Amino acid sequence: MTQTSENGTVLSVRDLSVDFPLQKGVLHAVRDVNLDIKRGKTLALVGESGSGKSVSARSLIQLVDSPGRIVSGKVNLFVDGTAADITAMGAKSPHIRAIRGGRIGLIFQEPMSALSPMHKIGDQIDEAIEIHLGLDKKAARKRTVELLRQVEIPNPERMADQYSFEYSGGMRQRVCIAMALACDPDILIADEPTTALDVTTQAEILDLIKRLQEQRGLAVLLITHDMGVVAEVADEVAVMQKGRIVEHGTADEIFYTPKHPYTKRLLGATLKLEHASDHKAGTYDPASEPILKIRNLSKHFGHVGGWFSRAGPSIRAVDDVSFDLHRGENLGIVGESGSGKTTLGRMIMRIIEPTSGEVIYTGSDDKDQDVLALQRKGLKKYHAAVRMIFQDPFASLNPRMTVKQIVGDPLKINNIASGRARDDRVAELLEMVGLSAEMMDRYPHAFSGGQRQRIGIARALALDPRIIIADEATSALDVSIRSQILDLLLDLQKRLDLSFIFIAHDISVVRYFCDRVLVMHKGKLVEIGEAEQVCTTPSKAYTQALISAIPNPDPRNKRMLHRTRFQSEPQAGAEA
Amino acid sequence: MLAYIVKRVLYMIPTLIAISIVAFLLIQLPPGDFVTTLAAEMSQQGDTVDPTTLRMLREQYGLDEPIWTQYWLWISNIVLEGDFGRSFDWDVPVSDLIWNRLGLTLVLSLCALIFTWVISLPIGIYSAVRKYSVGDYVASFLAFVGLAVPNFLLALILMYLAYKFFGISVDGLFSAEYEDAPWSGGKVLDLAQHLIVPVIVLGTSGTAALVRIMRANLLDELYKPYVTTARAKGLSEWRLILRYPVRAALNPFVSTIGWALPELVSGATVTAIVLNLPTTGPLLLRALIAQDVFLAGAMILMLSVLTVIGTLISDLLLAWLDPRIRYK
Repeated sequence: MTQTSENGTVLSVRDLSVDFPLQKGVLHAVRDVNLDIKRGKTLALVGESGSGKSVSARSLIQLVDSPGRIVSGKVNLFVDGTAADITAMGAKSPHIRAIRGGRIGLIFQEPMSALSPMHKIGDQIDEAIEIHLGLDKKAARKRTVELLRQVEIPNPERMADQYSFEYSGGMRQRVCIAMALACDPDILIADEPTTALDVTTQAEILDLIKRLQEQRGLAVLLITHDMGVVAEVADEVAVMQKGRIVEHGTADEIFYTPKHPYTKRLLGATLKLEHASDHKAGTYDPASEPILKIRNLSKHFGHVGGWFSRAGPSIRAVDDVSFDLHRGENLGIVGESGSGKTTLGRMIMRIIEPTSGEVIYTGSDDKDQDVLALQRKGLKKYHAAVRMIFQDPFASLNPRMTVKQIVGDPLKINNIASGRARDDRVAELLEMVGLSAEMMDRYPHAFSGGQRQRIGIARALALDPRIIIADEATSALDVSIRSQILDLLLDLQKRLDLSFIFIAHDISVVRYFCDRVLVMHKGKLVEIGEAEQVCTTPSKAYTQALISAIPNPDPRNKRMLHRTRFQSEPQAGAEA
Repeated sequence: MLAYIVKRVLYMIPTLIAISIVAFLLIQLPPGDFVTTLAAEMSQQGDTVDPTTLRMLREQYGLDEPIWTQYWLWISNIVLEGDFGRSFDWDVPVSDLIWNRLGLTLVLSLCALIFTWVISLPIGIYSAVRKYSVGDYVASFLAFVGLAVPNFLLALILMYLAYKFFGISVDGLFSAEYEDAPWSGGKVLDLAQHLIVPVIVLGTSGTAALVRIMRANLLDELYKPYVTTARAKGLSEWRLILRYPVRAALNPFVSTIGWALPELVSGATVTAIVLNLPTTGPLLLRALIAQDVFLAGAMILMLSVLTVIGTLISDLLLAWLDPRIRYK
């Protein structure tokens, strides 16, 4: 048992400021932050990207990436009856190293890249134990196996000898938690621990952290941008904006009596996505003729058997899926990672060739076309009518092209307009998505994530499409930007007679945006129906489990902890 | 793992057959053959050339046969009887010529390779970890100088310095008294002494390139999240750098072993000529100029085998180093 200060505070942060010297001036990433992290309690640090929440968390154990440095403030750690000032320790000193992993454990957002792919999982955990507890190899491994069992890894003895790429995303995050807790730290800092995970996996990981916290009396600092997660697990909340903590209070206070305008805005954006949009175009008519008919579409991936390799079993990424897309309809495709939703979208575009099935597109001349039989020229025309918007607004724009070139590229490739005419069209498109035409000579790096996604939308609109396939188009965006982009798409739909296929793992976004929802699980269509009905009273067990795992942004009505669970066929050991 | 090795070895067979055909054709490509070269040399020296002798020579060496027959004769002798043919130019069996020099070449090459690695790995690591420090700039500067200076020039300078300050003559690999002597402790010592300058010369340019490769590889790895994880575990800075990012940065490095092996054998020709080293480089050059088909062919074949074996070694090393490859 460690001694703590009177009110249970194990870590107190006073007036912490972190600066990043840049070529022009200084970026004050964190300014005058005050926090108290208490034993057995969860403090959530909330903010949108760039608010300085991750930098704050890392500076607590002197892990700020260069050139950032702590310029003022104190971080006091109260353990063993004494106070230790962390900011006074050198970033490479043995004192701080004893605290890292020993007193304060840290887990990160990306469980995929947070573990070395070259070393066995067990060895990576053993190492922390050997350093801090001074156990020998055998004793360390025994403890590692016990830890893996605590984080509910099946077959811990065997799994300790596996590599990280043999683990699924959720299991990797469990490993990271085991590693962070290996030496019984007093504090766990979790930096967006579930952002990269599916909702059901997220619910399990949050459960696990909660349970370990209760067993060990851990103090948890949870960094997140998701108000739903905050409502489900936080005792206290600090809201961060532009490096400052703008509001601080209990979860109940923050959600029910927010004072600062930024907190209100953040909550407003979150709650707005809890209902169907009132912006909806109302262009959907279930009785109309479909514009796109998908029949028994399947895709099997697998080895094609080379010279010396045996043909492996194929994976059914998409298995016999059929649906219609009506004119003016917004159809959502929802599923966890690996459910085949992205493969389905790409097969409709014919970026991936289907193994079997049919895609029938009804053109503007009311003639049906068999998309899978189209040759080069026909496919080019089809690609002009059906466009895509991608998930990552940073990776989907060529950094060496100006906005004018990016948006004008489809016009150039299809020889539609050149010179002045093309420039005018690009200007028109930019205005349409809410950007200024004067921005067209800039490069993508000059824009924020939301603006870049608008550029991506302008590019998709360049050829007057009739259908847009949006693959996780808003999942990389902050919540306030997310609803703006969705509203923009709805406005565009009214003006331009568009139909959307909206692929997402986030059900709130789908409910906000879509008329109908199609739920996928392991390549199969689980159910399809009106969005409101599927999202509130789903008929299938899988959908019920999926919906109940979504964090509810209401601390008085926690949904996730009372969720229903879906048992699919049991799986042995690791998922690849 | 065993299946992987067997598979890789089986893949080598068609590769080697293709290489042997290409090598043979390439050697035959220039106009004329060994006999025309011989005739040209003789007439240059003022000898009269008797056409009958030339015809007889051609028949004797089978140079009148169609090229496929010549290839078949050549390759079937090598594969079935281990007979690489007879060098036209030297008038001795090719294998006698090659084995003699190949051993010394390998010793020299391996020394140079080890020298390169021992020097360049630590410098590269230092250079990446202390990016933009004075040490990094000095290492980078020296590396570029090393890359830019031609080997023969460096060889000449070192020969001069060695003679001037240490009084040792470094041409060849043995002093005169040991040249034909049987192997003994003294001879090995003599060889070691003579190896120093060639190893430095051969190693320097390689060192320079590898320092840059190691620096670039490591810089890619140093800022990956798993390094931060290791730091958050409380590992000391150097221990975590050596254990995690350096391990990952070694992969591209290991891939280059495949090229290093044949390059060290053939690439050092100019240096070998300047330093008068009895290695394979100058022999190959001379064989090519003289259109000594069997000698040149045997050596090119040997280099190809070395390349293929080198690639196999680096693939196996990679599989050993990187579990992601092993488990595919």
